[in-house]
Amino acid sequence: MIRVVLPAHLKTLIGQHHEVTLEVGAPVTQRSVLDALEARYPVLKGTIRDPRTLRRRPFVRFFACEMDLSHESPDDPLPDEVRGGAEPFFVVGAMAGG
Amino acid sequence: MSGVRVLVGTRKGAFILTADATRSSWDVQGPLFEGWEIYHVKGSPVDPNRIYASQTSGWFGQVVQRSDDGGATWAPVGNGFAYDGVPGTHQWYDGTPHPWEFARVWHLEPSLSDPDTVLAGVEDAALFKSTDGGENWSELSGLRGHGSGPHWQPGAGGMCLHTIVVSPRDPNRIFVAISAAGAFRSDDAGLTWRPINRGLRSQGIPDEDAEVGHCVHRIALHPAKPDVLYMQKHWDVMRSNDAGESWFEVSGNLPSDFGFAIDVHAHEPETVYVVPITSDSVHFPPEGKLRVYRSRSGGDEWEPLSKGLPQSHCYVDVLRDAMAVDRLDECGIYFGTTGGQVYASRDAGDTWEAIVRDLPAVLSVEVQTLA
Repeated sequence: MIRVVLPAHLKTLIGQHHEVTLEVGAPVTQRSVLDALEARYPVLKGTIRDPRTLRRRPFVRFFACEMDLSHESPDDPLPDEVRGGAEPFFVVGAMAGG
Repeated sequence: MSGVRVLVGTRKGAFILTADATRSSWDVQGPLFEGWEIYHVKGSPVDPNRIYASQTSGWFGQVVQRSDDGGATWAPVGNGFAYDGVPGTHQWYDGTPHPWEFARVWHLEPSLSDPDTVLAGVEDAALFKSTDGGENWSELSGLRGHGSGPHWQPGAGGMCLHTIVVSPRDPNRIFVAISAAGAFRSDDAGLTWRPINRGLRSQGIPDEDAEVGHCVHRIALHPAKPDVLYMQKHWDVMRSNDAGESWFEVSGNLPSDFGFAIDVHAHEPETVYVVPITSDSVHFPPEGKLRVYRSRSGGDEWEPLSKGLPQSHCYVDVLRDAMAVDRLDECGIYFGTTGGQVYASRDAGDTWEAIVRDLPAVLSVEVQTLA
């Protein structure tokens, strides 16, 4: 079971204000988790990744296990703690303001 | 029972204001889509229960929402705005070529005859069409492809197609406006386009009467005179009597001819409303007095309308899509401000009152007159 924590705007969009749990087959990567997330909630297509290139949107970040995974390959395996459900995979709106 | 539904898009969500035909007491619903920028909300003229909303975020992209029950419930529809073919480049602010990139939907224009058909004006400037209630979108790419597209440049707010007006006499005739390319017209339902900017003069471009490059802010028409167009340009209020073939200035005695919003009285085709803004660098009303100006002569001669509006220390803006009219016997006029007020007049502008205050900055106001 993969746990995904979404930012507030996307929680509002899917009407689900708790973390999302997903069944994801191996390999568990950014790509496979986001594919499963978008399959569960089609409205998220285009909000995290560009719908055509599937590249991460510029102001979206991916965190897990106190690490920034945003610049890792989308096909790299996610940390064991995420794959085992001990830690969530965070989709984060990049900090901005002033 | 007849009544009015006012659809308000703001920087942090949408609001729906409803009243009966007296327009004396207002119910406020919202925020809907809390935290998201709602650039535009507009209902179908043929089915008032069908409403479309553009929900957008610099972080999370574009969502289009649709309601089939007058705004009580909403569901996301399609957000696949893919440019037709290889999109090519336009000019960037520094004059270098810049790839066409979709950013957001500025304006949704439901068809005058089919609730499932809707046009979307987007940034970077292009026109899209859906015929299935917003589920799927395809570009009417003849607009970008007509030849001048590579020379278009963005205005300060981005290179956006923000105005879509479909002629009520001929649904194949569509007018659009792009900042900062100008106005364009199609006479074949969006297949082919040509610029309609003859008579516009803009000092901010090298050739001030160029065919394209003008920062048109909004165009409005009255259904009874669909060849008469009114335009609020960056500077100048303009009028065309020939469906955009030529334009002439009707700024007349306005205290400033800079502004964004312009609209026409529901029953008087020669009665026009604008909200003068001080200048392109000072986006608040002249003298800190919020005044709507009304012309009953189709322009040139304008009278200030200020009763009920703040006449001191008012430093809000009124954006291009933030003014609308209802169609009740005594025409109602509505506008929203960047300070979060929505003002309404039940008497064609003679007197005003705030029907809601302290919303997030208002981006758009549309009105549905309910039978």
